[in-house]
Amino acid sequence: MKKIISLTVNGVTSELAVEPRRTLLELLREDLGLTGTKKGCGIGDCGSCTVLLNGVATFSCLTLAIQADGCSVETVEGLAKDGKLNHLQQAFVDQGAIQCGFCTPGMLMTATELLRSNPHPSEQDIRRAISGNLCRCTGYQKIVEAIQAASEETP
Amino acid sequence: MSKYRILNTRAPRVDAVDKVTGKALYTDDLKRPTMLTGAILHSPVAHARILNIDTSRAERLPGVKAVVTHREAGTTPYGVSPARYDETIFCHDKVRYVGDEIVAVAAVDLDTALEAVSLIKVDFEELPTILDGRAAMDDGQPQLHETYKNNVCAEVHWHFGDIEDGRKDSYLMRTDHLTSKMQDAAFMEPQSVLAEMDSHGNLTMWSSTQAPHYVQRTLAMALGLPLHKVRVIKPAVGGGFGPKASCSTAELATCLLALKTGQPVKLTFDREQVFLHSRARHQFFHTMTTGVKKDGRLTFLEHRCILDGGAYASFGIATIYYSGSLLGGPYRLKNMKYDGYRVVTNKPACGAQRGHGAVIARALFEVQLDRIAEELGMDPIELRLKNVMEAGETTCNELFVSSFGMREALEAVRDSAAWKRKRSSGGKTRRDGKGIGAACGFFVSGAGYPIYRSRTYHCTVITKVDEVGGGVTVSSGAADIGQGSDTVLAMITAEELGLSLDDVRVVSGDSSLSVDLGAYSSRTTLMTGHACREAARDVKRQILEAVAGRLERPPETLDLRDGQLVSSAGEIDFSELRKEYLQEHKGFTDLPEGPHLTFGEASRIAFLERGSIVGTGKYRPPPLGGSFKGATVGTSPAFGCSAQIAEVSVDLETGEITVENITGAHDCGFAINRTQVEGQMQGSMMMGMGEALMEQIIYDNKGRIVNANLAEYKIPTALDMPHLDAIIVESNEPHGPYGAKEVGEGAIMPVIPAILNALYDATGIRIDELPVTPERLIATMQANRGKRS
Repeated sequence: MKKIISLTVNGVTSELAVEPRRTLLELLREDLGLTGTKKGCGIGDCGSCTVLLNGVATFSCLTLAIQADGCSVETVEGLAKDGKLNHLQQAFVDQGAIQCGFCTPGMLMTATELLRSNPHPSEQDIRRAISGNLCRCTGYQKIVEAIQAASEETP
Repeated sequence: MSKYRILNTRAPRVDAVDKVTGKALYTDDLKRPTMLTGAILHSPVAHARILNIDTSRAERLPGVKAVVTHREAGTTPYGVSPARYDETIFCHDKVRYVGDEIVAVAAVDLDTALEAVSLIKVDFEELPTILDGRAAMDDGQPQLHETYKNNVCAEVHWHFGDIEDGRKDSYLMRTDHLTSKMQDAAFMEPQSVLAEMDSHGNLTMWSSTQAPHYVQRTLAMALGLPLHKVRVIKPAVGGGFGPKASCSTAELATCLLALKTGQPVKLTFDREQVFLHSRARHQFFHTMTTGVKKDGRLTFLEHRCILDGGAYASFGIATIYYSGSLLGGPYRLKNMKYDGYRVVTNKPACGAQRGHGAVIARALFEVQLDRIAEELGMDPIELRLKNVMEAGETTCNELFVSSFGMREALEAVRDSAAWKRKRSSGGKTRRDGKGIGAACGFFVSGAGYPIYRSRTYHCTVITKVDEVGGGVTVSSGAADIGQGSDTVLAMITAEELGLSLDDVRVVSGDSSLSVDLGAYSSRTTLMTGHACREAARDVKRQILEAVAGRLERPPETLDLRDGQLVSSAGEIDFSELRKEYLQEHKGFTDLPEGPHLTFGEASRIAFLERGSIVGTGKYRPPPLGGSFKGATVGTSPAFGCSAQIAEVSVDLETGEITVENITGAHDCGFAINRTQVEGQMQGSMMMGMGEALMEQIIYDNKGRIVNANLAEYKIPTALDMPHLDAIIVESNEPHGPYGAKEVGEGAIMPVIPAILNALYDATGIRIDELPVTPERLIATMQANRGKRS
């Protein structure tokens, strides 16, 4: 039996009919076509599916869509405004923080939350914040550097 | 000042913007009209005869469109090495590991497909299992394959020089052991496949593969389709590291389901299936005896190795050869004996993984060098510097190193990490919980031969100029799996044609575009780079010839630079050409002006003179290596080399290990993209560190993986990783484009031994089994104390 929920995704509010067992990740990827959010494990181990739920970095694979009823969801597709990358995205591009790119959307969302609450984090703050987001390509070095660079541009 | 405009810079990746905006499409992001979802039934038992497969209930389930077993798939053997085709699409007589694939289902959605899988009944007659690679060869053990007597899938026996001479020359000899565990590549993107048939019998498969070319061949062979009717496309791939290089049952079964249903079918592994399918790092059991003269020069190496490869051959034949051959360097070693056995056991099949076959062998050898240095009372870096090869030398197993910055790399890390200050002299260890260790390694820059015997070009590239003028499209079968090869191809093309990166489009990873053997053996920059440069130069020649004809000038006086046509022989009157171009573009804005003909004008004029301008390039290595059996594995047009220093601290009470810093220097010949070279080095350090300290597949006594998830199979997080310092060494490789060679895998070689050597320095404890978890470290400390008391 589907339930009607109201969800604001990247600033756009809509009503959606969802099965109670459907995850937020499935809703985003399959129903809304927002495939930027990735499924790396489905059980909350890898962080690839991280989105911001009412501003809080959340594993969308462990969140039921109906739990997000009335909430605001931010995904990687909502970061760039008017076709222009934001500071954090630009820093990821410039610093070489991207290789295969599969962890990138989740990494960006986690870093977005970090920089909002702590605009000038230390290296250790950054490492702690992204420690729930696995990356197998970069050794994290350039990701940490990119977040640092983005934070330096934040007033 | 660099002679290059774009090469050797830190240009951002061409796919970077798509990857930070979520626009990059991976296979599981793709959708096709009427698409079905596939699922696979895996064996729940490690070794059994299949008595009966009953799919009737699954077939009756509403929403199920096809159920396929070996009856539909046939039993054409396939695999990686043609000499060891030991897999079939589905198991038909036996299952050989927990996870072996038996049936595949296509249904309207995943829930229905999984429900159907649960309704399939397979009757097994369980057979005794062999799970221990060391015991697999013993008499009386269960046999996995009729063709592998005593479960030996491959063996190698090499003897170069004479180790008895080496023994006689030795002042000191040591024998040491190292055992590792099976590991998972733990790429972030689980394998995904989407297959579709068109009305002309053409099969298109999108897959998260590293090697569209080999997969195309295997699909055609195993499914009995004409090769030209099979097209393999690689969308964005979320990492591969080796296991995605071999064709899988997921790929074959999905294609078969698309053939049977006439509808597109997508099948995506969950994380547990990634572990079950594996094809990742083998388990290695190495024993080495090494001799040195009193001054530290190496005299011989006697090496014996057993590889536990799981149930099937996969890449394992190459693995067992690489385990031996890549110890031929980077040190001068005249006498080397190698006896390697690759055995099969009732566990998921192992294959290629970053540093293919050579990583654990390298780890033991480099640890042994440190132990020898200690016995000689010599600094371990000094010992290495006494032995390193130089450019122009050939190893005892006939690998020729045409460029070799090993000495420079070792000196660079020694100086950068302040080795002399931090490491106590005379080889003595500190044993105070703080340690520093060094190691070296080297690796091929592209396998010298294809996997199947052929004179095939290893890659071709086709570069086409826009007929409207202005941009070019580079078409290549090369597979960018995250390492950044598309960016390398774009940079080379832009450099050659004087274009900006934005005017070069790279389309790649599609078997219909060109031949390219794929992303493995660290081959793409050198090999596809050559082909790409040749194609760009071909395009340039044609444009210049066409324009020179109109200008009545010799083409060699013209060049393309900074988006313009320039002349080395005085000013050119190109007013006729510009007039013609402007006439064609009435009403357009942003029209060319200024004192030079633009690339847009020149390329448009070339089209008007000659039709479409298409340049082609190709690359095939020259014949390489010796004539002994297996001499081809380990050959390469060039070899990269790497040195690293790791610093660790150990809590001597709890055994907790912290890697404080890793400093690496890698000789990549010439860095086409400096950021990407560093990225490959840092990624290698992370994978090596995980393997050294935490990564291991754990099996229960029935051959089931206990930790088939990323919580219990631990890979390093950002908190585990230290600062990674990457130093680029450039030795100008004569066989590489612009002097470039590999970095993708060579940089993993020194990581494990550098950490092990640092741990010994910190604790005085020698560990012969990986991973070095705190439990293992403490247990070894306690055992050692027991021995002493």
